[in-house]
Amino acid sequence: MLGKLTWSAIPFDQPIPLVAGGVVIVALLAVLIWVVVKGHLPYLWREWITSVDHKRIGVMYVLLASVMFLRGGSDAILMRIQQAIAYQSQGYLPPEHYNQIFSAHGTIMIFFVAMPFVIGLMNLVVPLQLGVRDVAFPTLNSVGFWLTATGALLVNLSLVIGEFARTGWLAFPPLSGLVYSPGVGVDYYAWSLQISGVGTLVAGINLVTTVLKLRTRGMNYLRMPMFCWTTLASSLLMVAAFPILTATLAMLLLDRYLGFHFFTNEAGGNVMIFMNLIWAWGHPEVYILVLPAFGIFSEVVSTFSGKPLFGYRSMVLATMAICVISFMVWLHHFFTMGAGPDVNAIFGIASMIIAIPTGVKIYNWLFTMYGGRIRFTTPMLWSVGFMVTFIIGGLTGVLVAVPPADFILHNSMFLVAHFHNVIIGGVLFGAFAGFTYWFPKAFGFRLDERWGKAAFWCTFIGFYVTFIPLYAAGMLGMTRRMQHYDVAVWRPWMIVAVIGMAILTMAVVCQVVQLVVSIRNRESLRDRTGDPWDGRSLEWATSSPPPVFNFAISPDVRGEDAYWEMKAKARQQQFAHAQPEYQDIEMPRNSPTGFVCAFFASIMGFALIWHIWWMVILGLIGAWATFVVFAWRDHDEYVIPAADVARIDRANIEERRNLVSLAGSV
Amino acid sequence: MNLLDPQGPVAAANSTILVDSVAIMLAIVVPTIVAILGFAFWFREGNPRARYQPDFVYSGRVELVVWSIPALTVILLGGVAWIGSHQLDPAAPVPGTGSPVRIQAVSLDWKWLFIYPDQRIATVNTLTVPAGAELNFQLTSSSVMNVFFIPQLGSMIYTMNGMVTRLNLRADNEGKLQGLSAHFSGDGFPDMMFDVNVISQLAFPDWVAATAKSDAVLNEESYKKLMQQGIEAGRPVYRLDDPRLFDLIATQHIPPGPGPQVASDAPHSGGQHAR
Repeated sequence: MLGKLTWSAIPFDQPIPLVAGGVVIVALLAVLIWVVVKGHLPYLWREWITSVDHKRIGVMYVLLASVMFLRGGSDAILMRIQQAIAYQSQGYLPPEHYNQIFSAHGTIMIFFVAMPFVIGLMNLVVPLQLGVRDVAFPTLNSVGFWLTATGALLVNLSLVIGEFARTGWLAFPPLSGLVYSPGVGVDYYAWSLQISGVGTLVAGINLVTTVLKLRTRGMNYLRMPMFCWTTLASSLLMVAAFPILTATLAMLLLDRYLGFHFFTNEAGGNVMIFMNLIWAWGHPEVYILVLPAFGIFSEVVSTFSGKPLFGYRSMVLATMAICVISFMVWLHHFFTMGAGPDVNAIFGIASMIIAIPTGVKIYNWLFTMYGGRIRFTTPMLWSVGFMVTFIIGGLTGVLVAVPPADFILHNSMFLVAHFHNVIIGGVLFGAFAGFTYWFPKAFGFRLDERWGKAAFWCTFIGFYVTFIPLYAAGMLGMTRRMQHYDVAVWRPWMIVAVIGMAILTMAVVCQVVQLVVSIRNRESLRDRTGDPWDGRSLEWATSSPPPVFNFAISPDVRGEDAYWEMKAKARQQQFAHAQPEYQDIEMPRNSPTGFVCAFFASIMGFALIWHIWWMVILGLIGAWATFVVFAWRDHDEYVIPAADVARIDRANIEERRNLVSLAGSV
Repeated sequence: MNLLDPQGPVAAANSTILVDSVAIMLAIVVPTIVAILGFAFWFREGNPRARYQPDFVYSGRVELVVWSIPALTVILLGGVAWIGSHQLDPAAPVPGTGSPVRIQAVSLDWKWLFIYPDQRIATVNTLTVPAGAELNFQLTSSSVMNVFFIPQLGSMIYTMNGMVTRLNLRADNEGKLQGLSAHFSGDGFPDMMFDVNVISQLAFPDWVAATAKSDAVLNEESYKKLMQQGIEAGRPVYRLDDPRLFDLIATQHIPPGPGPQVASDAPHSGGQHAR
């Protein structure tokens, strides 16, 4: 009846996961009860859960990423403490637990923190920057988000029911095969990624279509803000790369469930194929993450330098070059597997070639600052911090792209330090910069600057204190994923790294306090103009938060930096506004499709993990039926009458006029 | 274990390339970082002496320079990578004095087995080699993937079941080194560290003779016992019964090692072996 699921799946003998899981469950129940008792449930259902508004979905993505960031960060703290004390001892985490923690840390940070964070920001901002009213497929957008949430749910469920993979975040066979990992851990890993992978794929398709097909009047390709370009590149990579991941994990699952032999030791299975396939997805994946971050920095540096982006066309070229070349470098993840010198050298050089467009980007941001009038707000601090940190990560990255150097650095702590250097210094700094920069657009008030800057400095310093020691440990031959060790020279570096981790923890505390303080002081931080930073692109042309239809009148774009030019023109013309003619606006109706579909997908995923076959069929039919019902819908849009549009827009224009006259009088 | 303290020609070449590459890159990275901090500071809003040039958005000359700097660096480093990859191909010979020593390494769950087919001996978790001689490694795995790595001797290489990888090294100085597995392989992974004893070429035959007197014999039967999952605390040594044992392992005539002994109701695959 319940497949492999028995009471022994709940780790009553392991206090740490049990207590952690218990706290999370109690907290969730408390929130749920509070919501129901206070009567917020209808509001949440109407305005958020069933919403197909790209802004709301973007916010939910970022919220999911933030919650999972706390989980992944807790894992990091546990690991750093373990390695600091596990010198000539077993530390406090036995191998079966430690191995789950580092596997979960990697999986969560990439798939459920970095991915939803950047997808959330793209969702929130790109339609606004393009001057349109929604993404191309609003309901699909909601489905994508909820499927991602399903994956996150399954990963967290593994904490209390069963176990998570103990194989590392890429679950290399044969270790991840049934023979060497007979438990449900790898199944939790693979099914949560399969389900959330569908979500990522539809998000990618949606964003590509949005950028290609839904631009406002006059917004031709070479007038798009850089963030739209990087979104396009990143989404193209999602569409091209995620099917590889899905196929690879499908083969692994066939091995595990149906006795296939794609990656087993026996019967002609080949583990090297898995290595190649997973990295053929895995390397584009890092560019999926970092390209949107590059876009965010482009927006931030340009806005706060008070200048257009330097070398815009060069940046576009560099972005698309990275997009293409990122598919041609995957082999550098296993130079040490014994491929010949020609193969190694060619992939090494291809990997270095990516450094050229990336270097160009750094220089273009540098020259955007040149001749600027730089305001050091929190997003700008993250950007300058990024430039410095990312160059160092780039240096070590090119270093491990040199095969003979990689022969002694592969899989070492040096490598761990390198990819944290680029993912924290690139993606995470970018996500935080974008979060602070666009927060007022999403919620109508700015974030507290003092706490934001404190968070930046703690992260910046904490990063170096944590990861420079890991570089050093790697140079001393320390390899990654060691639950304990006997080498005395590694120890001091592990202790310094734990101090860095404490500083990084303080940074997270600062972020939380920043949010609380800002919400409390939201009246004084209120952005009434829609343009708190003196911005340049179209998202600042509407109110904060924008009305559900984003723009009352579709903007007419006449050049790069569309909104900057509109502001300049308005100043010249002494605000001689013609009264626009408002029209009825059709917007997509809310739909519970995404939520219901993900509900059934969660049931199906859980049942697959535990081999509860009747429940698998139930989940599958439920998810499929949800789509059928959606496909047969009669009404998918509703009309906002012109009078309402006019009322909302006039209030916005009034505020805006005050801003322009103030700026003009300076 | 310091990578910058190499004890053999391969490690020396690896670390030279590492240091040279860093030096080449620092030559442009340091000025760039200085420029970032300098520009950011000078063009701050409160600096009345900085000239605001909102129209400085394109300069063909600057573009040429910013594409050239990384491109030239990569051309230079690409050359380093091409030449280095060929010179330091793990399978390339590393000539030494005296006769080369053949060593067949097998990664087991979770220990290292070193077979000396010509000397007809085998050791677990300790590798004894003569200084100055070429060391020809053939490597495979009894079960999951591992990476064979002696940091101070240089280049690492994967071990995989049913496959043989090759690696040539040389240890130049007598002394004790340490090696490890550099690819996560399960619960006993951190205990896959092994000792490397580099002894003089004169002492090596004596060590071989002493080891060959061991009571324990390594044959298919004792190997199958050894490949059960577990950690080896001691440093057992064996007389080698059949010098073709490694080939039997690598060609899967001896089936791959078992996983954890946990009851599982899932359909169990396997049982077929290439013969």
